Amino acid sequence: MHEMGIVLHLAKTLDETAEQEQLTKIGRVVLQVGEVSGIMTDLFTDAWDYFKGRHPVLTESTLVLETIPAVTWCDNCKQTYETVKYGRECPYCHSGETWLLQGNECVIKEIEAE
Amino acid sequence: MRLITLNATVTASNDRDAAALREKLVSRGTLLVNVMSAAGSGKTTLLSRLIRDLPDVKIGVMEADIASDVDAKTIEALGAAAIQVHTSGMCHMDAGMTAAAVEAMDPSLRLLFLENVGNLICPAEYDTGAGLNLMLLSVPEGDDKPLKYPLMFQKSDALVVTKTDTLSYFTFDLEKCVERVKKLNPAIRIFPVSAKTGEGMAALEAYLRERLAALTEGTDHA
Repeated sequence: MHEMGIVLHLAKTLDETAEQEQLTKIGRVVLQVGEVSGIMTDLFTDAWDYFKGRHPVLTESTLVLETIPAVTWCDNCKQTYETVKYGRECPYCHSGETWLLQGNECVIKEIEAE
Repeated sequence: MRLITLNATVTASNDRDAAALREKLVSRGTLLVNVMSAAGSGKTTLLSRLIRDLPDVKIGVMEADIASDVDAKTIEALGAAAIQVHTSGMCHMDAGMTAAAVEAMDPSLRLLFLENVGNLICPAEYDTGAGLNLMLLSVPEGDDKPLKYPLMFQKSDALVVTKTDTLSYFTFDLEKCVERVKKLNPAIRIFPVSAKTGEGMAALEAYLRERLAALTEGTDHA
């Protein structure tokens, strides 16, 4: 259900882009998805295949997903670590004063179109 | 084919819709409150209590659910304006859906509640255009929820801990909960209440009045 909502917004943004740029056909769509964005890529691709049939400009498009690794910053010892491996607590100094630098994104990087 | 670089977040169009709705509501003096929580945390009970306790404030409620109109009927029975919004299977309300629902409401309402779909995950990711994000966490759900669903606690302006009349039956540590929530969101306001007994309601109601006054400050609607 969550993936369906994101696909709806993606399709809307692409429809708007097509109108602005006067595009008739969109080919490759490169989407960057953060490792901890909570998006299940399999479900996302299924939802995309369902919706692209309903948007004429997207019918022949292909979705390319790129993963953005999740990185957390520790404000106590001033270094970064892998979020997925260690979670919220810094593996070096065990501080909880940490925050996510990247990995929560869902960004449309680029599209091929005519 | 040519390559077009977008670098746009997927929710960019939603963010634009949300900003437009927020501006429109501020100009008409309506405070839109996005009420988010898990299913069964007491959203409708809390809103029913607020409607009874604030008879001088013109209140409306937009009930978003996947199906049924039981919540809207409960609110209407109290004499407040209510509509039921069906999300057709979607797990959250977005700004476009919220704007369409707002269109169906009386523009002279001062306090307009959006009762979002019962879910601690997706509603946190979509800006609805609300002027205030209010989250509910009920005592039976447990004090560990900030650890499991951090984004919802980070996105909320205020947290209402509901069903405090049941504290003696559960192992809910209010102090620990407050500590966990403040760690995620130092600026958040926390209101422990029981909509059943009325305990703590005065502080929450004063906060809502304060936010409403802040909204209309400097406009003709005060």
